[in-house]
Amino acid sequence: MLNFLSKRVLISIVAVAAVLFPLVFPNMYVLQLLTLVFIWSIAVYGFNIISGYVGYLSLAHAGFFAIGAYGLGLLTTKGGLSYWLSLLLAVIITSIAGALVGVIALRTKSHFFAIYTMCVGVIVYLLIDKWDSLTGGVRGLIGIPAPGNLGPITFDTLTSQYYLALFFLSFTIFLCYRIVHSLLGRTFIAIRNSEELAKTIGISIMKNQLLAFTLSALFAGLSGALYASFIRFIGPQISAITVTFEMLMYLLVGGIGTLAGPIVGTLIVISLTQSLQFLEEYRMLIFGPVVVLLVLYYPRGITGSINGYLQKKKQQRVKVANEEHDEKRKVGEAG
Amino acid sequence: MELLFQQIFNGLTIGSVYTLVALGLTLVFGILHVPNFAHGAFYMVGAYITLMMMVGFGFHYWIAILASVAVVALLGVVTQQLIFKKLEGADGMRMMVAAIGILLFLEAFGQFMWGTEYYRMDTPYGSVVNLFGLTVTLQRLLIIVAAVILMLALHFFLTKTMIGAAIVAMAQNREGAFLVGINANQVAWLTFAIAGGLAAAAASLASPINLVFPTMGNLVIMKAFVIIIIGGMGSIPGAILGGYLLGLTESIGATYISSDYKDVIAFLLLVVILTAKPTGLFTKGVQ
Repeated sequence: MLNFLSKRVLISIVAVAAVLFPLVFPNMYVLQLLTLVFIWSIAVYGFNIISGYVGYLSLAHAGFFAIGAYGLGLLTTKGGLSYWLSLLLAVIITSIAGALVGVIALRTKSHFFAIYTMCVGVIVYLLIDKWDSLTGGVRGLIGIPAPGNLGPITFDTLTSQYYLALFFLSFTIFLCYRIVHSLLGRTFIAIRNSEELAKTIGISIMKNQLLAFTLSALFAGLSGALYASFIRFIGPQISAITVTFEMLMYLLVGGIGTLAGPIVGTLIVISLTQSLQFLEEYRMLIFGPVVVLLVLYYPRGITGSINGYLQKKKQQRVKVANEEHDEKRKVGEAG
Repeated sequence: MELLFQQIFNGLTIGSVYTLVALGLTLVFGILHVPNFAHGAFYMVGAYITLMMMVGFGFHYWIAILASVAVVALLGVVTQQLIFKKLEGADGMRMMVAAIGILLFLEAFGQFMWGTEYYRMDTPYGSVVNLFGLTVTLQRLLIIVAAVILMLALHFFLTKTMIGAAIVAMAQNREGAFLVGINANQVAWLTFAIAGGLAAAAASLASPINLVFPTMGNLVIMKAFVIIIIGGMGSIPGAILGGYLLGLTESIGATYISSDYKDVIAFLLLVVILTAKPTGLFTKGVQ
């Protein structure tokens, strides 16, 4: 009970801190950084659903991110649609693309799935890079509008964009929380632990995997669309396989298959890279070995390891309490 | 018609390079049972070491290649002993992620050591010869011949020597190999050494007709994945067949369809194959 309460308190403190942050600490640089962290986290949450909970390493994630980003960029600049309609359409398009890829990709297993999705990612990259007349090729897409007005609310300041990203991130986390703590989440985990066993107890593997894959694409698309309207410029580089690897790293550092993992990992890795500016180009000299060490010694990442530690402590407490109880009973019986 | 023959020749050249890379990858797959994403980084390091030996130390092309093969083979052994050995029995996802970590590190290392510039590698075989009416550079001819020699050497090593047979046995049936007393650790590091050496040789041979840069391995490794899926994971004849098939398709496709989209061909081919047959072509039984 205490644990549950303290978890609630912790979440509330973090939420209040995130909301009050721009008022207390109006530093433009930090706000910009945090907004980016929030946007990337949304994509990493999507990654976590398919790779963390269902256990399928999807290497097309940057491709879906780019479909969302280019969807929004093209619909607003070339399609002339309003921002919010474009955002909605971009997310829908990415989800449909995810579902279509998923139907075929999910017929393959483990490493075939990883390679298949990697190839899908490369095809997306090559299409964006080569389809000059539509995407602008290597020159990229410029002049993407910032989020449009929503009634009396405008999004022309950095602070308002911070709140917008925070809103979508909270929405994402809430949705993930509900999924993980529902029958659906348990189903995903059951599939990850053993497909055969899950099948035996009557779980439709394909249906659930497809749902997870589509959801992961949806969040990637949302994140990409928000990214496009925040940075206002996108190039084919955002769909490169290295971006997928980067997201994988955020997830791994934070803790794969945990609820807090994506935001914790993204926050830590992006702020570390930013504070080690001189390393910008060579950051992988440090993070590459970090990824390997994590896989070797802490496969559950920061959040997973902390959870494991707390669990162990709790078990110890219960054990001690039980022993004390037994002892008292013995003493009582003897007396 | 001459254009077609020219393209077939070019296809054989590229195919030779793909095949050498895919052979290493398919051998390592037999040991790890997951694709080694870091293999492309081995390829890149191999090219840089040859270049460094030639430019920095003034070695002859062949000596530089030998040095490069030795260094990358050692690199393969080190990654196997330090990382993959410790992950034995872990699930596939962890191995794949570890391989990605190695790839990220080596790529950054290449950038850190040698910068992001594109380098040209000089070859003593730059002259043009006339072959059955085709004008070809000697280097391209050399690539084809060297690849065939390496493949034959590998074939004889795997079929005629005890240790080679042990590698094949491990790939075919792990438990069975343990039962007959095969030293798993020795087989594993040796396989990584061979795979690394092949990658370095392929890169050193291909560099004079391409360029040397930090991300040069990316596209090659992804195509090697396509090849081993086409040819069946772990299958050596499959990797050779797939490598030449892809080289020819690309080279002819670039001429007759579109040179802009020639890189897409490989990946579309794979998507089509896996769509029709999710376990890959030539796969026996259930994966």
